[in-house]
Amino acid sequence: MPDRPLARALIYGTLLLFSVFYLLPLAVVMLNAVRSTADINHNSVIAWPEAVVWGNFGETWSRYCIAEHCTGIRPYLYNSLLMVIPATIISTLLGALNGYSLALWRFRGDGLVFFVMTLGVFLPQQMNLVPWAIVLRDLGLFNTISGLVLIHVVQGMSFTTLFCRNYYVSIPPDLLKAARIDGAGFFRIFWRIVLPLSPPILVVTAIWQFTGIWNEFLFGVTFSAGQNQPITAALIALAVHVSEAPQYGLQSAAVLLAAAPTLLVYLFGGRYFVRGLTSGAVK
Amino acid sequence: MPARRLLGEGLRTLVMWAPLVVSCAYVVIFSLWTTAVSLTRSTLLPDYTWAGWRNYTVVLNSRNWQVAYANLAIYGVLFVVLATAVGLLLAVLIDQRIRGENVFRTIFLYPIAVSFVVTGTVWGWLFNPSIGLQKLVQGWGWEGFRFGWTIDRDLAIYAIVVAAIWHASGFAMALFLAGLRSVDADLLKAAQIDGAGPWRTYTRVVLPTIGPIFVAVLVMLLQFAIKTYDLVVALTAGGPGISSTLPALVVYDFMFQRGELGRGSAAAVMLLASLTVVLLPYAGFRLWQNRRSAARA
Repeated sequence: MPDRPLARALIYGTLLLFSVFYLLPLAVVMLNAVRSTADINHNSVIAWPEAVVWGNFGETWSRYCIAEHCTGIRPYLYNSLLMVIPATIISTLLGALNGYSLALWRFRGDGLVFFVMTLGVFLPQQMNLVPWAIVLRDLGLFNTISGLVLIHVVQGMSFTTLFCRNYYVSIPPDLLKAARIDGAGFFRIFWRIVLPLSPPILVVTAIWQFTGIWNEFLFGVTFSAGQNQPITAALIALAVHVSEAPQYGLQSAAVLLAAAPTLLVYLFGGRYFVRGLTSGAVK
Repeated sequence: MPARRLLGEGLRTLVMWAPLVVSCAYVVIFSLWTTAVSLTRSTLLPDYTWAGWRNYTVVLNSRNWQVAYANLAIYGVLFVVLATAVGLLLAVLIDQRIRGENVFRTIFLYPIAVSFVVTGTVWGWLFNPSIGLQKLVQGWGWEGFRFGWTIDRDLAIYAIVVAAIWHASGFAMALFLAGLRSVDADLLKAAQIDGAGPWRTYTRVVLPTIGPIFVAVLVMLLQFAIKTYDLVVALTAGGPGISSTLPALVVYDFMFQRGELGRGSAAAVMLLASLTVVLLPYAGFRLWQNRRSAARA
């Protein structure tokens, strides 16, 4: 629109200024991960490394002590991985199945089901803490990865169902009618017609689930302890531990390793992220 | 054969209905359950002795809850207004046919992939006077420079506002940008033919058509503000003292630090009530909008 040079300069200047604001935390973490503690304490967290120190990664990965366990962050990253993979896959597939029933098989009360699912998306986690505590205790899943997987599957289903449902409503009903005349039932139609049309929405849903579950903190910290905690809870424990004798280089390396999986997914699947974001709101 | 067929039929019904029933039942039952616990004398363990509204009055009169809601008011308003403003500004700037659009978009949106724990931890360093921005500026020779929001009772909540804006404004930008891009090209052409200048076209044609997105962004950010928890835990832990605590932290404090499940549940129900106050009018608005567009079609 404005083609005057001054206006263009103003636009780019503002965008660059904001870029600095957004990139600052990432730059701080990446640079500090290869700086020594003395360097950071002397020159602040915002500085170029005096000397590149690669040792922070090895130390934080397998040797550093978090709450008296000197195993580094490796076991906690492993816990997160063991939790996020099954929880993402199961919640996405069940969401697809639910979305399919809701969108293409009208049944009595489907409007109510849709409404309750929407409630489920917005319900604050705090409303579920006490019931989950009791359910996990009774199932014997307290302080286990399986317990967290169960929570994330059930909790995530409202979200994945709505996502898939909003995608499936745009499948032309004639397609199903033809299949039904040919004698195909609920599962055959799902398997042969709906699933082959689904990869775009399944990728978007899985990316969002992966990011959400990997980054989740409240359930992780409430329902697991010690060596069974996911990485987000371990990072907080590490920060509390570190504050006694600050070792920001090590902590930066830990933060970087903890943030890497979702950042990589974002970098390589960014367009799916945006598609998921906008599909809900723009309609 | 019939028995097998019956079994197959039963299995099919089960697979079709089980996930739907589980996800609906969980929402309804867990909400009612927590509400029930909030009306009992439960402390460390659930104890279903009726207590009436007592938990609610105790929570409402507690200092933590009052500080938390005062903080939520400051944080909620500042965060929602500023994140929306930054998001809209960035979306409008990016919409000016600029070079490197993808790079800028990637930079502004990446915080959404970063956890609140990481966000809070890193902003905690930047606000920490002994290693953060204060130390940097003092190192430049300005010895008297002071910047330690997270250790100041009156300023800690604003540090949370900054970190939250960093995390969510890209999200607002992405929604606004999608809205700007979906404005009907014919409308723009018509405005041009009518002799409207670029500024007029923008304020009179483009911005009004993204009105619904505006509302959606405000509501999403507000409900996000009400739910804010891990960001505060990682950044200030609600401190110094309880000066930057928020309702979601008070719920956890009652439930698991003080072992007052009944009171914690009462606080959780009130958190849900605050959320409903925001979401119900929005649900009504969406319904009205859908009806209107259906009537026009």
